[in-house]
Amino acid sequence: MSGGDYLAAAYLVVLLVILVYVVIIGLKLARLDRDLSALVELARRRIEAPASMQEEQREQEEREESRVG
Amino acid sequence: MERGADPRPARRAVDPLVAVPVLAVTLLGTAVGLVFFFAPVDADQGISQKIFYIHVPCALTAYACFAWGAWKAYLHLWKRTPGADMESYVAIHQGVIFGALTLLTGSIWAKASWGHWWVWSSRQLVLFLVLFLFYAAYFMLRFSIDPGPARANLSAVYAIFGVALIPVSFLAIRLAEDFVHPVVFKRSGPAMTGSMFLTFCVAWAGILALAAAFYHVELAGKRLDSRVRELRGLLR
Amino acid sequence: MTAYAGDVLTLARKDLRLELRARDTVPAMVLFVVATLVVFHFALPAASGDLAAYGLLWVALIFTSLLGLVRGFAAERDQGLLDALVLAPVDRSTIWVAKALAMLAFLALAQAVALPAFALFFAGVSWETVAGVALADIGICTVGTLLAAMAAASRTRELLLPLLFLPLAIPIVVGGVGASVVEEPGRYLGFLAVYDAIFAIISWASFEYVVTE
Repeated sequence: MSGGDYLAAAYLVVLLVILVYVVIIGLKLARLDRDLSALVELARRRIEAPASMQEEQREQEEREESRVG
Repeated sequence: MERGADPRPARRAVDPLVAVPVLAVTLLGTAVGLVFFFAPVDADQGISQKIFYIHVPCALTAYACFAWGAWKAYLHLWKRTPGADMESYVAIHQGVIFGALTLLTGSIWAKASWGHWWVWSSRQLVLFLVLFLFYAAYFMLRFSIDPGPARANLSAVYAIFGVALIPVSFLAIRLAEDFVHPVVFKRSGPAMTGSMFLTFCVAWAGILALAAAFYHVELAGKRLDSRVRELRGLLR
Repeated sequence: MTAYAGDVLTLARKDLRLELRARDTVPAMVLFVVATLVVFHFALPAASGDLAAYGLLWVALIFTSLLGLVRGFAAERDQGLLDALVLAPVDRSTIWVAKALAMLAFLALAQAVALPAFALFFAGVSWETVAGVALADIGICTVGTLLAAMAAASRTRELLLPLLFLPLAIPIVVGGVGASVVEEPGRYLGFLAVYDAIFAIISWASFEYVVTE
């Protein structure tokens, strides 16, 4: 290997480290995206849940009344 | 645990998360241009001498990262600055990355200059090997303790030990040369010409900016992580 | 000042008395260092000469120290005593000084056997070497005790301490070997003294943060 080859190798190593870093950031962003989507889903269910829970409660009370009554 | 408090002011003229990488790209681009089209080819070592423009800035940047990490460690221990532990950790992480780069580029340069992938006669290389071992143990320490104030404190104390070790190790390596290697390869210290010095300065600024860019990006990532965790805790 | 010294002596006496009763650490260190020296005889090629032997002496000393340091906070950790000590109305750094002094005593005892053994097996031990060992002991005990406290707080304990200690021990080895082999050891002894001063101060100042939150 000539001097120029070693020079290229050295700069290539630095470039590779930078690119690997970019890949790692990409993976992290993907994971954050997944986590946040899951949390959005959780929040949506939490908001709809009280509303649907109230409906279920009302339905249950009506059923009990019709049985008793 | 990270609290939701954002240590950065709410509105900033320029977000460092954008500005620093832009600066890094500019400086590094200029530096590479200077290295290959402006700086003269060394008479003794030939073209492989140009590795110097990447190797030495990496080394100096690593020192700067370790020093910054120690400073943040001090802030954590004595001033109880919130978030300082995380910043110290990220700084040291960068230091290890650029330390590894120093060892890699140094090894390539050693092979190009003296035909061996490793030379004990290079003080810089040996020092970085010792420091690499030390800071690798930093990560072992950190990962063997559960997150909390204990981990933060121990990491901070160790980071301060590290920064004291740098000059002491350097001195030790110099002293060791007397009985370890009687013959020292004295790298004909580049009697740097003006153009070489300019190229070196730009390259150094570029690598520093690169480290700073990594630092800000990693910190932002970690802050995002803790906010997501906080959100999850709130929604449970 | 005297209250501080009194606390240190009380704590150090406790450690020494425990060792006197249990008699596990020092005998183990003595046996270890002698066994290591014997191993070195088989590890050194015939033509290596005295200089290689001095180098190996220092390797043996460093690893023997590690053996003792690992045990340093073992008792406190196993019985949850460290928290009790920290709650006691004493300056936290007294814990560190006391533990370092006790470790110094153990190390000195082990070396009192190791150095004559080395002289017997390999080569003579000069006064400079002994001075080097004495100065190195101070460095080993001050830094090692602090690192042992750190390792005690981690999950990996005995595994972690050598990793933390060895990079910091490299300057000690350089100073010690230099003092043993070089014509004019003054520089190396001076270097060991500087190392001791720097790291003793840092250890003393930061021990508080290692054991509290």
